Amino acid sequence: MAAAIATAGAAPAGDKVDWRLATPLGLTYLVFFAAPFLILLGISFYADAEQTRLGLDSWLKFYTDRFYLKVIWDTLKLGIFAVIATTLLAYPLALVYRAASPTWQRVLLFIILMPLLTSVVIRTFAWIVILAREGVVNQTLMALGLTATPLNLLQTELGLVIALTQIEMPLMLLPLLTIMNQMDQNLVDASRALGASKWRTFFRVILPLTLPGWIAGATLVFASATTAFISQSVIGGARLVYLPSLIWQQSMVVYNWPFAAVASLTLLFTVLAGIMALSWLGRFARTT
Amino acid sequence: MSQRSTPADVSFNLVVGAISTVAILILVAPVIIVIATSFTTSQALRFPPPGLSLRWYGELFDPVRSAPIHTAAINSVWVAGWATVIGSVLSVLAALAITRVARPSARALEASFLSPLVLPTLSYGLAALMFFSVMGIRPSLNLLIAGHLVVIAPFVFRTTLASLTQLDPALLEASANLGASRFYSFRRITLPLIAPGIAAGAFLAFIASMDNVPVSLFLSTARTSMLPIRMWGMMESTLDVRIAAIAGVLILATLVLMVVMDRLTGLTRRMSA
Repeated sequence: MAAAIATAGAAPAGDKVDWRLATPLGLTYLVFFAAPFLILLGISFYADAEQTRLGLDSWLKFYTDRFYLKVIWDTLKLGIFAVIATTLLAYPLALVYRAASPTWQRVLLFIILMPLLTSVVIRTFAWIVILAREGVVNQTLMALGLTATPLNLLQTELGLVIALTQIEMPLMLLPLLTIMNQMDQNLVDASRALGASKWRTFFRVILPLTLPGWIAGATLVFASATTAFISQSVIGGARLVYLPSLIWQQSMVVYNWPFAAVASLTLLFTVLAGIMALSWLGRFARTT
Repeated sequence: MSQRSTPADVSFNLVVGAISTVAILILVAPVIIVIATSFTTSQALRFPPPGLSLRWYGELFDPVRSAPIHTAAINSVWVAGWATVIGSVLSVLAALAITRVARPSARALEASFLSPLVLPTLSYGLAALMFFSVMGIRPSLNLLIAGHLVVIAPFVFRTTLASLTQLDPALLEASANLGASRFYSFRRITLPLIAPGIAAGAFLAFIASMDNVPVSLFLSTARTSMLPIRMWGMMESTLDVRIAAIAGVLILATLVLMVVMDRLTGLTRRMSA
């Protein structure tokens, strides 16, 4: 082991992978990460909850039932809404961060990191206090006379998207801030000096240059929003069903493991499809 | 650098300013509201609280009435601690193995070691439960450590790799030319220089493990209950104000840790880098 570490310590650039050092983590991943997914795939091919008969029944049942197809679509939609909402809020904040003095940058960074370091359960809990019938939003709206009766914000898609926006925004902001800091100020200055308005400079210079950061952020937000079990179940309640709550219900309440495995793999495909669409968008954007 | 202000530029500044204000409000408000709620005198979760008291903190620290919460908290710290220590050692070795290697095999390893960051860990949680039950292994804290380990290792791997790419290879060449053994160079040059990166990654990994729901949801049992899962249970059944008090304690602990880590490692810089 000592010799292996030493080799890496002075490895010249472009050398081979030092397998002796990569093996411990690699094996851990094989045993505790890859193998479980293989078992999951295997169990999905049982036809019945008792796991006695092999067959495609679980897959067929899932993909021919309109209810389950709607659950997949709703889950995808939730991820897309979360990406749109975090993008609309994070880009302006990232521009402000870029223009801020070093001291203010530190303050902003702290504000951005603080929610990220607060437990997801607690952030969800906070939104219950805010969105409830007698919560902060309804109290404010009623005091302003904007609504006579309290609005029902919990157990709605809107309420869930609002909560997820706060919960996921740091994931969008961190890659965006990094790439904004790396962006060449001369390009922005050149655009302005040539007479482009701030709007035009933003859409024609800043946006294309920061797209890789946005794609990194959007990937994390999408992956995180579609799998946010706690927020989905607590704020969405029983009325809104997404893939994670379906997986939970099928595996731990109904004990239909093959069906839960199909739902679980579907969630995996949904997230992978989102990631691939985003990276395709990135390649497409760079060539034009 | 300043240009003449056209109406278009003014409208741009207004829109950016307004949206940023909303964004900051959305980021900060929930944290402040939870902390304020935790000091309420009432039974109900209302903001603003009718009066301020430490009543719910008293309830939370009551060793008898809050015993299940204390057990869950101790389990969570235990699992997060071990997962972070083991995950850090394995990740640092793996990062050393592929640093500065341009080959496709190195890129493939990097992508697979980072994959738990984007693959749905909820799917993984169920997969792990099925795997252990097929293997006939009974749920325990050790299983939770194994599950968490896989999910949080990427945090250390990523920050260590970033530190290693910033390390000047000339330092290692100089050390070798002066007759230092390779292990000596690693111990005296590489390790001290990448230590802040490792520490920042370990901090994030520990926080991620303490906060992990998707894996704990499937692998923890009544006997090995974990803090976020217990809090979820408390939210589902009764909206117990003690949750706000737990939030207060966790936020304070995280803030203290964050300030310490920032002093030691420049954490805030690293997280945006």
